[in-house]
Amino acid sequence: MSDFEFTSSFWPLFISVITVLGILGCAILLWVTNKTKVQPTEDMSTGHVWDGDLREMNNPLPRWWVWMFIITIVFSVAYLIIYPGMGSYQGKLGWTQVGQFEAEMAKAEEVTKPLYDKFTAMSVEEVAADEQAMAIGGRLFLNNCAQCHGSDAGGSKGFPNLTDNDWLHGGEPETIKATLTNGRVGMMPPMASMVGSEDDVKNVANYVLSLSNSQHDAARAELGKEKFMVCAACHGPEGKGNQMMGAPNLTDGIWLHGAGEKNIIAMINNGKMNQMPAQADKLSEAQIHVLTAYVWGLSNK
Amino acid sequence: MSLNSSEAVMYNDTVVRQFSIMAVIWGVVGMLVGVIIAAQLYIPELNLGLPWTSFGRLRPLHTNAVIFAFGGSTLFATSYYVVQRTCQTRLFGGSLASFTFWAWQLVIVAAAVSLPLGFTQAKEYAELEWPIDILIAVVWVSYAIVFFGTIGKRKVKHIYVANWFFGAFIIAVALLHIVNSAAIPADFMKSYSAYAGVQDAMVQWWYGHNAVGFFLTAGFLGIMYYFVPKQVERPIYSYRLSIVHFWALIFTYMWAGPHHLHYTALPDWTQSLGMVFSLILLAPSWGGMINGMMTMSGAWHKLRSDPILRFLIVSLSFYGMSTFEGPMMAIKTVNALSHYTDWTVGHVHSGALGWVGMVSMGALYYMIPRLFGQKQMYSVKAIELHFWMATIGIVLYISAMWISGVMQGLMWRGVNADGTLTYTFVESVKATYPFYALRLLGGLLYLGGMLVMLWNVLKTTSNGQSVNVPVPPVAAHA
Repeated sequence: MSDFEFTSSFWPLFISVITVLGILGCAILLWVTNKTKVQPTEDMSTGHVWDGDLREMNNPLPRWWVWMFIITIVFSVAYLIIYPGMGSYQGKLGWTQVGQFEAEMAKAEEVTKPLYDKFTAMSVEEVAADEQAMAIGGRLFLNNCAQCHGSDAGGSKGFPNLTDNDWLHGGEPETIKATLTNGRVGMMPPMASMVGSEDDVKNVANYVLSLSNSQHDAARAELGKEKFMVCAACHGPEGKGNQMMGAPNLTDGIWLHGAGEKNIIAMINNGKMNQMPAQADKLSEAQIHVLTAYVWGLSNK
Repeated sequence: MSLNSSEAVMYNDTVVRQFSIMAVIWGVVGMLVGVIIAAQLYIPELNLGLPWTSFGRLRPLHTNAVIFAFGGSTLFATSYYVVQRTCQTRLFGGSLASFTFWAWQLVIVAAAVSLPLGFTQAKEYAELEWPIDILIAVVWVSYAIVFFGTIGKRKVKHIYVANWFFGAFIIAVALLHIVNSAAIPADFMKSYSAYAGVQDAMVQWWYGHNAVGFFLTAGFLGIMYYFVPKQVERPIYSYRLSIVHFWALIFTYMWAGPHHLHYTALPDWTQSLGMVFSLILLAPSWGGMINGMMTMSGAWHKLRSDPILRFLIVSLSFYGMSTFEGPMMAIKTVNALSHYTDWTVGHVHSGALGWVGMVSMGALYYMIPRLFGQKQMYSVKAIELHFWMATIGIVLYISAMWISGVMQGLMWRGVNADGTLTYTFVESVKATYPFYALRLLGGLLYLGGMLVMLWNVLKTTSNGQSVNVPVPPVAAHA
C-alpha cells in the first residue's frame, strides 16, 4: 500500500494537475456560457417542450452571480498560492497546522511563564497556601482530573478519593508529583490458585473483612487467617498495605473496588488492573507542580 | 408480469405509487426515531438502559431511515415519474423497476433490524454491513439500468435538465457506495474497511460529503427542476444557467470532503483543497436556487394560495441558506470554531429538514393526487397546516442548534490568563441543555406535520384509486 500513501510524489502531482484543470474548467465554462449570444425566440424560450408544458427560457446569467463565482475562483487561486494546497508546494507563507499549533503554544508559554516561574520557585506546601495558585490548580483539576476523580475529588468506584488520608502510593508531595507525572499501574494478581479451594477463598475473604471490623463470619475468618499469608507478601502481615507496591491498606474500611464478601471474593479470584494515566505529555512541569500542591492541599488543609 | 399492447403505452406508475406511499411512511418512522434520540439527549434515561435503544445505535437508524428510506423512496418515486413523462415513454426494463422497489424495501428493513442489534461498519451514513451493501449495489445497478434505459428509448430529442441531475446522482452514488464500502468480510455480519488510518477517513468523507452532494442535492435538484415549473406553470428561468451550475456542481462537489477533516492527521494540502473547492461550490449551488426562484417571476402571487408551491419555494430558500453556510463552515478558521459542535447538527438539519424534506413533501403532494385519480389532496387546509408546522419546527430546531453550537465552540476555546481552560467540558454540556429542549420541540413539530401528511395521504388514496395514464403521442415540435 505504501505507494498509495499521501507521501508518494505521484498522487500530489496528479491531483494538482486536476485541481488546476478543474478551476480553469469552471472559469472557461462560466466565460463561454456568459458570452454565448442566444437567438431570442418569440416567447424567450429555447423552443423545447417536455410533458405538455415544460419549457425553458434562456435568460442571461445574473451579473451578481457571475461575479460571486469569479470572486470565489480568484480567492481560491490566491489561497493556493499563499497556503499549501498544490501537492508538495508549501505555499508562500510556509504555513502548516503543526506550525500554527506550536506557535500558539509557544506564545502561551511565554505569556504564562512569569506566573508559573513564581510558583516553581516555591515549595509544594507554600504553593498550596497561595490563593492564586490554588485557583489555577482548581481549574487544572477540573479540566484534567475531575473526569475520573469527580469535581469534588471525592472519587468513585475504581477511582480513589483524593480528599481523605488514604493513599495507595503515598501522599507526600514528591510522591503525588511522581504519580501525576508518570502515572501509576495498580495490579492485584488473581490469587485463587495460591489460596486454595473455593472454600479457602471465602475464608480468606472473611478474614480480610475482619481486619477492618466489617461484617464477616468469625469462624470462617479464623480459618482464613492462615491462608492470608500469601496475601501478606504485598498487603503486609497485618494487612496494612504497602505504598511502595501500591498495595492498599485492608484495615481502614475503604474499599476502592467495592465492599462486602462478594466483591472481595471476586477480587481474589480475578485480580484487577487499574491505571492512572501519566500527565507529563499533557501538562507542563510547572503545571504539574501547581496541581501537586492542589491535590496535596485537598487532604492537608 | 406480462405486457399486452394496451399496457405498453401506459406509464408505469405502479412503482411510483409504491415508492411514494413508502416515502411518507418511512418519513414518519425516520423522523420519529429522530425525535426519540433528541429526547434522549434531553432525558438520557429514555435510552431505557438497553443496548438496542441506546443513542449510539438509534442515531444511525435515524440517519439511515431519513436519508435512504424517506429520501431514497422519494428519489425513486420522483425520478421514475419524471423520467417517463419528460422522455414520453414507459419505464425501461419491465419488472426491473418493481425489483428496485421490493429490494430497496428489503435494504431498509435489514437496516432497521441490524443497526439496533449493533451491526455496523462504523462509517457515518455507510454503517450497513457488507451483505446489505451488496444488496444496495445490486439495487443501484438495476436502478441505473431502468433510468438510463428509459432515457435511451426516449421519444423526445432533448434530455430534460431534471434528468441530468437524476442521472448524475445515480452514477455518483454507485461510485461512492462501491468505493467506500470496499471491505474485507470477517464474518457474516462483520467486516474491516479496505483502507487504513487517515486514508480510510479521507475515503469515508469523500463518500460522506458526496452523499450530501449527490444523494441529497443533485437528486433533489432533479425533483426541483420538474416540480417547481410544473406547479408554477412557468418555464425554467435559464437554460444556460442550468448548464453552468450543473457541470460546476458535479465537478466541484467531488472535492469538498476534506473539509470534514480540518485540523486532523489529513495532510495540510489536502485540507486546503477541500476548503477551496467548498468555496467554489457556493456559486454552482446558488445557480440551482436562482433557477428555481426566478421561475417564480411573474407568478409570486401564487404563493399566497398554493401551499404546495410554498413547500417548494421555502425549500429553495433553505437550500440557498445551507449552501451559503456550508462553504463558510468549510473555511478553516470558521471550522476551528464550528467543528464538533451542534452548529454542524444545525447546518445539516437546515439542509435536511428545510431543503430535502420540504422539496420532497411538495413533490409528493403534487404527485399523489395525480397517481390516484384525484384533482388535489383530500385536504388542502391540512397541507397548509403541515407547511406551518414544518416551517416553525425547522426554525426552532436550527436556531437552537446555532446558538448552542456557537456557545459550545466559544466555551471550548475560552482560556484564562494563566493558560487554563475557562470552562470544563461538562459546563458546556450543562449550558447546552435548554437548547436540547428547544430542539426536541422543533423536532416534534416537524414530526407532527409529517403525521398530518400521512393522514392526508391515506384519505386521498382511499378516496381515489390507482389510475394508469397513457403515454401521449409524440408531438411534432418536440
